[in-house]
Amino acid sequence: MQEQPQVLYKNRYVPGINTLEVYLQHGGYESFRKALTMTPDAIIDEVKASGLRGRGGAGFPTSVKWVAVPKNRDQEHFLIINADEGEPGTAKDRDLMNALPHLMIEGCLCSLMALNASKCYIYIRGEYIEPWKSVQKAINEARKAGFIGKNVLGSGLDFEIYTHLGAGAYECGEESALMSSLMGERGMPRMKPPYAPLPQVKGVWDKPSVVNNVETVSTLVPILAMGGAEYTKIGYGSPRSRGTKLFSISGHVNKPGIYEIVLGTPFNEVLEIAGGVKGKLKTYIPGGSSMGFAPPTPMDYPFDYEGIPQNTKTLGLGSGGLIVFNDTVPIVPLAARLTHFYHHESCGKCTPCREGLNWMAKIYDRILAGAGRESDVDLLWDICDNIRGKSFCPLGEGAIWPVMTSLTLFRDEYLQYIRTGTYTPPVAVTTAG
Amino acid sequence: MSVFSEETIARLDELISRYPTKKAALLPALWVAQDVGGGVLNPDAMEAVASHLELPPAEVQGVATFYTMYNKVPRGKFAIEICHNVPCMAFGAEELIAHCEHSLGISAGETTPDGHITLARVECLGACCNAPAVQIGSKYYENVSAEHIDALIVQIKSLPDNPDHTPQGLISETASF
Repeated sequence: MQEQPQVLYKNRYVPGINTLEVYLQHGGYESFRKALTMTPDAIIDEVKASGLRGRGGAGFPTSVKWVAVPKNRDQEHFLIINADEGEPGTAKDRDLMNALPHLMIEGCLCSLMALNASKCYIYIRGEYIEPWKSVQKAINEARKAGFIGKNVLGSGLDFEIYTHLGAGAYECGEESALMSSLMGERGMPRMKPPYAPLPQVKGVWDKPSVVNNVETVSTLVPILAMGGAEYTKIGYGSPRSRGTKLFSISGHVNKPGIYEIVLGTPFNEVLEIAGGVKGKLKTYIPGGSSMGFAPPTPMDYPFDYEGIPQNTKTLGLGSGGLIVFNDTVPIVPLAARLTHFYHHESCGKCTPCREGLNWMAKIYDRILAGAGRESDVDLLWDICDNIRGKSFCPLGEGAIWPVMTSLTLFRDEYLQYIRTGTYTPPVAVTTAG
Repeated sequence: MSVFSEETIARLDELISRYPTKKAALLPALWVAQDVGGGVLNPDAMEAVASHLELPPAEVQGVATFYTMYNKVPRGKFAIEICHNVPCMAFGAEELIAHCEHSLGISAGETTPDGHITLARVECLGACCNAPAVQIGSKYYENVSAEHIDALIVQIKSLPDNPDHTPQGLISETASF
């Protein structure tokens, strides 16, 4: 197993690293000081050279997102941090905010420099009270030390960072819904390009806005410290997925936890890092429930944005929330649970998602109650097919993916479950002698 | 006359000052209103928020009902919220919920007759690596076993009130939100 360089998590386990004092002792805010001496274009060039891609789920190149923003201080524009982590299986942003709040704040300040903006809003999900307290405390400390406020470090520039607490809506993790929510509206998604201007042109309050994930902005700190070109040399040098990423590995592994792993690490090594699979691997979700279930083979592919084999039919790496299931787990209740989750979180804006998920939830209830019909398997598929590509935002797409992949992989198990109402785990074959 | 005290109004005004529009302060303002209402967002408070933010009351109600963490009906002083999404499910969340239902004598989603404890199912809490996860007030409890939750229930029952029952309690505690 190759060694995993710790870039974001370098100081994760230093006692007191969540305080400004200890953070400064470990080189804290040096990247921000460096950024203050650079032009926005120079910072964006470094980020472009680093190949950094959004760590929230979509994997969009960060520098490309930033280039589209008009960088004129006379025209107000905003940086918004998406800390509305709610994708089932994902727990990395919570850990970053709890353990390394100053890293995130420094990352926000570096991003503000890159965008030549002065205001940043951090949208934290309502359940994350402890992370919110941690971040707010860090902001207060940074303000006292002169990193936030008017004329920061004598640069003549003003920086403001505010936290904004959500109130329990998964949908608000979607970029345009998050902006609606930040403006004091119901968290519903908005029309996107090509039918509407990019948020970088007309975003929150109709001003140019950029939405970045917590981990993405935190990664800026090491990138600016070591330089973009140096960052690309970390690890495997997969051409399109550079650097390291945090993975929340949960489910049936021996050491579940949050690990910083180089993008492109072979998948079986990723499982080894988490202590290996507990029992026999049945299926896994590579990056948050919306990505769908993957088959147990192949195992030796590079685990990065492009590496997940097409034939697994999963959507991709997503948020890095890897959930592992062994063969003691029946698939039907899992898919049913996820369908209920998406049904509950559907914002109700578009019909395919709102109505389709309602029907699917009812069909799953019927199957779980022992009243399922064999034709329900095809009926579920048909409803999924009517949501696919027709929902207004990615929630609908994410909702059907675990169902469709489970139907493809475990059709026989569905039928058995419908016929008998139970799941019999496969009996381990013992070889004589 | 507003149902809010001068102190509450000052808190709302401070929140408004953070945003380019008054409307943007609606979510934090509703948290404050819920706090003032002792954990419940009642219609009077919603109307007061509407008038302070110069919004139609129907719009405020529309927003308040969209988000699940604004309590439109009273809950218990303590809410035991158990995550039942798939990583927690794989580690016995359903059994844990059934255990709590049995020991509290209520179903998930209900409140004990004395109004002390609400038991609720919640979606992914973001503590997937230490499943199953339970949230009580602002605190997370991870790798929760039946024995662990029994001990927590005993502890909760012995406390007359929850100083930390909902996030909004903390908002008032931290002057600079």
